[in-house]
Amino acid sequence: MNLPDDLHESVKMALDPSKTLNFSPMLRLQWEETQQKHVILYPEGMVELNVPSTEILKLCDGSHNAEEILVELESKFNQPGLRNDIFGFLEVAIENGWVS
Amino acid sequence: MAGSVNDTITPPRWLLAELTYSCPLQCPYCANPINFASIRNELSTEDWLRVLTEARAMGAVQLGFSGGEPLTRQDLPVLVKHARELGYFSNLITSGYGMTEAKIVELKEAGLDHIQVSIQSPEKTLNDELAGTESYEHKKEVARLVKRHGYPMVLCVVIHRKNIHQMRDILDMASDLGADYLELANTQYYGWAHLNRDQLLPTKEQFEEAEAIAQAYKEKVKGKMKIYYVVPDFYENRPKACMNGWGTTFLTIAPDGTALPCHSARELPGLLCPNVKDLSVHDIWHHSDAFNYFRGFEWMKEPCRSCPEKAKDFGGCHCQAYLLTGDMHNADPACSLSPDRQRVYEAIFSARYDSESADAKPLVFRNPKNSKVLAS
Ligand code: SF4
Ligand code: SF4
Repeated sequence: MNLPDDLHESVKMALDPSKTLNFSPMLRLQWEETQQKHVILYPEGMVELNVPSTEILKLCDGSHNAEEILVELESKFNQPGLRNDIFGFLEVAIENGWVS
Repeated sequence: MAGSVNDTITPPRWLLAELTYSCPLQCPYCANPINFASIRNELSTEDWLRVLTEARAMGAVQLGFSGGEPLTRQDLPVLVKHARELGYFSNLITSGYGMTEAKIVELKEAGLDHIQVSIQSPEKTLNDELAGTESYEHKKEVARLVKRHGYPMVLCVVIHRKNIHQMRDILDMASDLGADYLELANTQYYGWAHLNRDQLLPTKEQFEEAEAIAQAYKEKVKGKMKIYYVVPDFYENRPKACMNGWGTTFLTIAPDGTALPCHSARELPGLLCPNVKDLSVHDIWHHSDAFNYFRGFEWMKEPCRSCPEKAKDFGGCHCQAYLLTGDMHNADPACSLSPDRQRVYEAIFSARYDSESADAKPLVFRNPKNSKVLAS
């Protein structure tokens, strides 16, 4: 079913950059040797992750908020201007229930 | 090109461990084979430990413990623990019958990741009638306990003509119980469900109404409860992609160790499925005739062979093709291009006739007694 855009917006959970983020205890994030990738495992399914997504999710560890994740990854990859990418991914992660 | 199929074999990702055919329930839509009561020689604990290890080494990561009722296996916690150590994400697919709070805790400590409880109906009388056992209150209690002990709770309701009119109540029940995931599985007509199809297959109008209700609810509970809706293919124009492609993703091990590319593949004549007592999982996956049988497109007949959509649905379900046309190489009659499409209409007609008839046939319940009578 296709929802009108405004309805989508109301369902989408907004990101609060100062809120500490946690990876859901109901899911598991692990390295898969045969795929050479990190994956998120959940009931009935699996999502393959690329390296940046994995790095972001690993920092959703109960002691970082979005702002701190941004600072940490910009310095780690030595690359400024990642705000839109990281916050965008975190919004998707929250909407999917991976992070809260 | 010789060997071209073997060169492109992908590793199994999902392992379904059917630990036993024993079950205290008697659901008339059960996917177990009709002759389950004559299949003996359950695998030993050591066999299962080895199967888990071998499949994990190949890349399997999602693991389902099912049956029958897997709780009847005393070694379940041992298997769960081993699975966790290997890095599986493991699921217990249970009727809830025989589950206690102590067991829920024990399995959690052993490393079980989630529990899927099936409920037959949101109404006690119908639930107990379909299960063939008084189990309604207990199942609901188990669902609550699963949740309380921090597991993601997956509720599964198999949908058919006896309960499809309760869709709204099913959804409300799932919300009330706090299900994280709700699986609404329209009955697939294999095994016992095939036998009882006339009494179970809903009408098209019933399907459409139920689906509309479920889809609307899906939006309403977005972010709280995830609904998986398994569509019925009798009222579709294209079949489902069989198991995401035969021998590409799914591996089922039956209680006696028979390795199956799909859980109903036992019904296919002449397939000769291998057994893990004789071969390693690796050899079974890569070299057995059964697993190679429907890989690729060489086996296809027309209209699939020259169909532009063949890489999308692989000709549909071979078990359904066999059950409805007598030949597993045929296109699945759920496809509107199938020359045997008439079989689907006949099944729909026959079910409607049964539903409107004064002396409708009784359901045949899945129990050892009926299994023996039917298989003899
Ligand atoms: S479908 Fe019903 S009878 Fe069959 S194994 Fe499951 S609970 Fe038992
Ligand atoms: S003809 Fe065969 S391959 Fe083509 S859509 Fe139908 S089932 Fe699929």
